[in-house]
Amino acid sequence: MTHPLSKVLEKRGLPGLLILALLILVVIPVTMDVDGINLTGRFLSFAFVAVGLTLAWGYGGLLSLGQGLFFGIGGYAMAMYLKLEASTPEATAIQTTPGIPDFMDWNQITALPWFWVPFNSLTFTIVTILVLPAFFAALIGFALFTRRVSGVFFAIITQALVTIATILVIGQQGYTGGVNGITDLRTLKGWDIHTDSALVILYYVNAGLLLAMIALGMWILSTKYGRILMAARDQENRIRFSGYNVAYFKIFIFAVAAFMSGIGGAMFTLQVGFISPSIIGIIPSIEFVIFAAVGGRLSLLGAVYGTLLVTYARNIIAEAYPEFWLFFIGGIFIAVVMFAPYGLAGLYQKYVRRHWERFLAGRGWRHRGNGGNNPPTASGRPSGHVATASETIK
Amino acid sequence: MTAEPHSPLLLAIEDLSVAFGSVKAIQDVTMYMDKGELLVIIGPNGAGKTTLLDLICGKTKATAGSIKLKDIELTNQAEHRIVAHGVGRKFQTPSVYEALTVYENLEVSFPQGKTVFGSLLFKMSAEADRKIRETASSIFLDAELDRPAAELSHGQKQWLEIGMLLIQEPELMMLDEPVAGMSVREREQTADLLNRISEGRSIIVIEHDMEFVRRIARKVTVMHQGRILAQGTMDQVQSDPRVIEVYLGH
Repeated sequence: MTHPLSKVLEKRGLPGLLILALLILVVIPVTMDVDGINLTGRFLSFAFVAVGLTLAWGYGGLLSLGQGLFFGIGGYAMAMYLKLEASTPEATAIQTTPGIPDFMDWNQITALPWFWVPFNSLTFTIVTILVLPAFFAALIGFALFTRRVSGVFFAIITQALVTIATILVIGQQGYTGGVNGITDLRTLKGWDIHTDSALVILYYVNAGLLLAMIALGMWILSTKYGRILMAARDQENRIRFSGYNVAYFKIFIFAVAAFMSGIGGAMFTLQVGFISPSIIGIIPSIEFVIFAAVGGRLSLLGAVYGTLLVTYARNIIAEAYPEFWLFFIGGIFIAVVMFAPYGLAGLYQKYVRRHWERFLAGRGWRHRGNGGNNPPTASGRPSGHVATASETIK
Repeated sequence: MTAEPHSPLLLAIEDLSVAFGSVKAIQDVTMYMDKGELLVIIGPNGAGKTTLLDLICGKTKATAGSIKLKDIELTNQAEHRIVAHGVGRKFQTPSVYEALTVYENLEVSFPQGKTVFGSLLFKMSAEADRKIRETASSIFLDAELDRPAAELSHGQKQWLEIGMLLIQEPELMMLDEPVAGMSVREREQTADLLNRISEGRSIIVIEHDMEFVRRIARKVTVMHQGRILAQGTMDQVQSDPRVIEVYLGH
């Protein structure tokens, strides 16, 4: 009774990934207008950070309260390129110094600063987005993890770093656009990013990249590295005395999380048309953690649902009662920690999964019994490594 | 004292001391261990037994003195380097990875794919699989391979941790209270296990259970207040008046 569907449904992680793909690639674009799609795309750009946090925090035990830093590097790098493209001498002819970004002119800067110059190149910009966040994370990780800084100390230091970054950005107004950020971004290689068709295309690029990041995360967790990461989280001394240099394992996953955040930041800038310190500061950085927590910090897919749920809620609540939002999100966080420590994914495992699998088995779409556990493969070796940690969610 | 290439000397600890503030946990300890030897360290609480293991495996850094494994100085080496030189260590409280299955616990301990990229690209070989199953059956856990380690009994966790060391094939294995919390039956099985794995391997065991010590020990070292008080066979040590006074007499 091998139903063709059972081939897909029994491959770990794949059904969930396909359902998410169906939701963000088909359901949302079909049911929403352009504004709705763009809004969802903006929310999904935050999900990159939450997916990275699932890896670094959920699986690696590294609670970073400063992911906004990496989101910001990606976002600002993209914005610098777009701003330079928007600041042609013709478009800025009324300025004292035409050809430089408008905020520089307002701040009496008369030449393009040296670190802005390479952002004339799209290739350089893309390489920066892909490399710089991971590089910074590796640097921070090297400084902290080789000195065995961990737990709450690590969290506080990451929070301090993002604070420093925002203060720097706000203080250096002439170079960074200050508190207003970098605004008025128009075209990418001459392609107007504000048209309806551009917004839809960017939405799809964003969604595709997000799915790719989740697949990357699933792959990492399925390797021996993934098991070592969890082992290091739970028994750091044991894994160290099994001959692993734990610091490098932490640095790697922290860099992967930063890499994902950077891409999310760049996609945010492209879809929204600006970036500002308020997007990357302490509060957004903590919100990223809440997205991951609501989704369930051990579920890469849950991180996306958590992000969408909280950001939509913010959209509704913060518009009606802006002063109430921070209390609300704080309350959500406390409630999740107290009542659903594994978030949406944990609730799914506890209440829904059994019925869902019985339903699938009843239709012959999935073999009974081996759905949740580790189906032995040909060599008899358990194959559900990604699931093993979530198996403890009972 | 230098070990010749073919000398049986495995571990040479000389004038080793460590102080935590004003507390001298280990004072001028000198001891040698041959290849294939099974050494049991006993002594009252606070005698420095666990600290001695911590020093050998690099968890604690020595204040003075030297530890040489086959003529390689271990003090000031990083923990994972010391493991690579062939030292395996089991902790006092069983330390297993509860979120992973027994199989995965052993796989993580398998000595291949030890770097970040090595572990990402690590492919399970038939040989590794065979080794994992073999180890699991030697530690009486062959039926529990797919169970999360969290579900194991206390004694089974102790065995699993011993298995995690075994699969690394260390030349020197250090076990800190391996039978703590085990039933009488499990203690007997563990004694057999230790006698079996001590073939061709050097083992240091810290233990309080004298019955168990008698079953496995050929050579006993008694520690007291950070120093070595006596050394010899079980009978010699037990009849030593100093040992009786500080330890056995209680």
